[in-house]
Amino acid sequence: MMLDSAPSTIEPPEHFVSVKGLCKSFDNAVLYDNFDLDLVNNQLVSVFGPNGCGKSTLINMMSGLTPFNGGEIRIHGKPIRRARVGYVFQNYRDAMLPWLSAYDNIAYPLRVKGLPERECRDRVEKLIATFNIQLDLKRYPYSFSGGQQQLISIMRALVADPEVLFLDEPFSALDFETTLFVRDKLQEIFIATQIPMFMVVHNLEEAVFLADTILLLSKRPTRLVEMVSFAAPRPRTLETLSSAEFIEVSRYCLEIFRQEMRK
Amino acid sequence: MTSPTNVSSRRAQTITLSHLLNQLLPLVGVLVLFGLWWLISISGVVNPVLLPTPWKTIATLFQALFTGTMVIDFGATVLRTFSAFLMAALVGVPIGVALGSSEKLYRSVEFLIDFFRSTPASALIPMFILFFGVSDLSKIVIAAFSAFLLIVFNSAYGVIHAKQSRILAAKVMGANRWRIFKDVLLMESLPQTFIGLRSGISIALVIVIVAEMFIGTEKGLGKRIIDAQQVLNVQDMYASILITGLLGYGLNVLFLVIQKRVVHWSGN
Repeated sequence: MMLDSAPSTIEPPEHFVSVKGLCKSFDNAVLYDNFDLDLVNNQLVSVFGPNGCGKSTLINMMSGLTPFNGGEIRIHGKPIRRARVGYVFQNYRDAMLPWLSAYDNIAYPLRVKGLPERECRDRVEKLIATFNIQLDLKRYPYSFSGGQQQLISIMRALVADPEVLFLDEPFSALDFETTLFVRDKLQEIFIATQIPMFMVVHNLEEAVFLADTILLLSKRPTRLVEMVSFAAPRPRTLETLSSAEFIEVSRYCLEIFRQEMRK
Repeated sequence: MTSPTNVSSRRAQTITLSHLLNQLLPLVGVLVLFGLWWLISISGVVNPVLLPTPWKTIATLFQALFTGTMVIDFGATVLRTFSAFLMAALVGVPIGVALGSSEKLYRSVEFLIDFFRSTPASALIPMFILFFGVSDLSKIVIAAFSAFLLIVFNSAYGVIHAKQSRILAAKVMGANRWRIFKDVLLMESLPQTFIGLRSGISIALVIVIVAEMFIGTEKGLGKRIIDAQQVLNVQDMYASILITGLLGYGLNVLFLVIQKRVVHWSGN
């Protein structure tokens, strides 16, 4: 990754996330029972499934926020707590620390790691220069628009050089116009950094548009119904939306989704 | 002839005038009250010995403030109120935050706090006199006790109701428990803590005034009010009530201003 200070010489494992025999129940409801999943490295993977199928729970278990009852999740072959993960929350307003300036929010993961102030500053400045973020970061998060706040929280998730970026419905709290802006920026980041991303989305078009692979999940107990590839070239633009390939993949995913709903 | 610029500038003037009038709206109630007060006092319905006119009262207020002893009483009450408040805040905020960070701990003392919060603090004055005598300390301690309950409760509540998503965000960024406590829980509790502090200083003033009246003291607004009433010096009594009200109002505004500056994110 480009922000990596010491590039490793060891060949990385081919999966950025592997899940084996995952079990998770809430009270008496079984959410996951012996769930397996391997995600091919360097991909942007999106997850789509019916309401309540546990998409968010899955991403929270993968990032170490939610404990699970059994099985194993490894990130780049390592246990979760030893991996560096970035996480972008759905509700940026409740995930930012509003008593810190935007700058201090972005630098927070570095400060938690105990990096010297100078290095924190250098890394934040390098990051915002790389992605051409022209915001006055001395201001407080709540003084920015929704899209800008979500962009700041993406920067915060990227600053500590994550091995994988988790995004939980990153666009669902944004209006249409802002969604387009943040989506483009996210794609730009993905192309530039090649950080594998795992993204939960709430609408099918969103799931297909940015993804290399679309995971389609079933109703509870959740199974992986199908992994659909979408290989349109990047950067994907508004033209991609009207390409035959996009329409075909979306139609196919929708078909599978509807079959699942009928079961 | 009226040119368009003239029209628009006249409109602008009308707008600023109506804006100005809007700003003056809070004064309407005050004027109405003073008007009613004045009407009743000159109507003869109430014995003028019991109700002087507002102007006489205000004149007494200024006279007592600038030439009399009211400043000394005012100062004594302010000093007691702030001493009580400081004691309550220094003890109450840390304990509240600690209670709030452990649900079991909080639940085990919740009833106690609620019980004493519901007990009128004035009911406890005799008990405090037994322990602390009729000294100045006694008045301060009882006011501090009442303020403390409000502050503890609100600080704890603020921590308990910290946004779960911010705690998760800090956790996923690698913050350990101490950092989550210091960087998230403590900050999240601040808006609620300030509500506690503001209610705390209000109740401290109330109790200080009551204590000054009933425990007795050399100086203090509470003592001044009751003394003026005893000797039927009603003008001084009303003037003292007015200045006490102004003090309470001023403290509230002061705390609102501080709150807005410190907890700038609240409501945003």
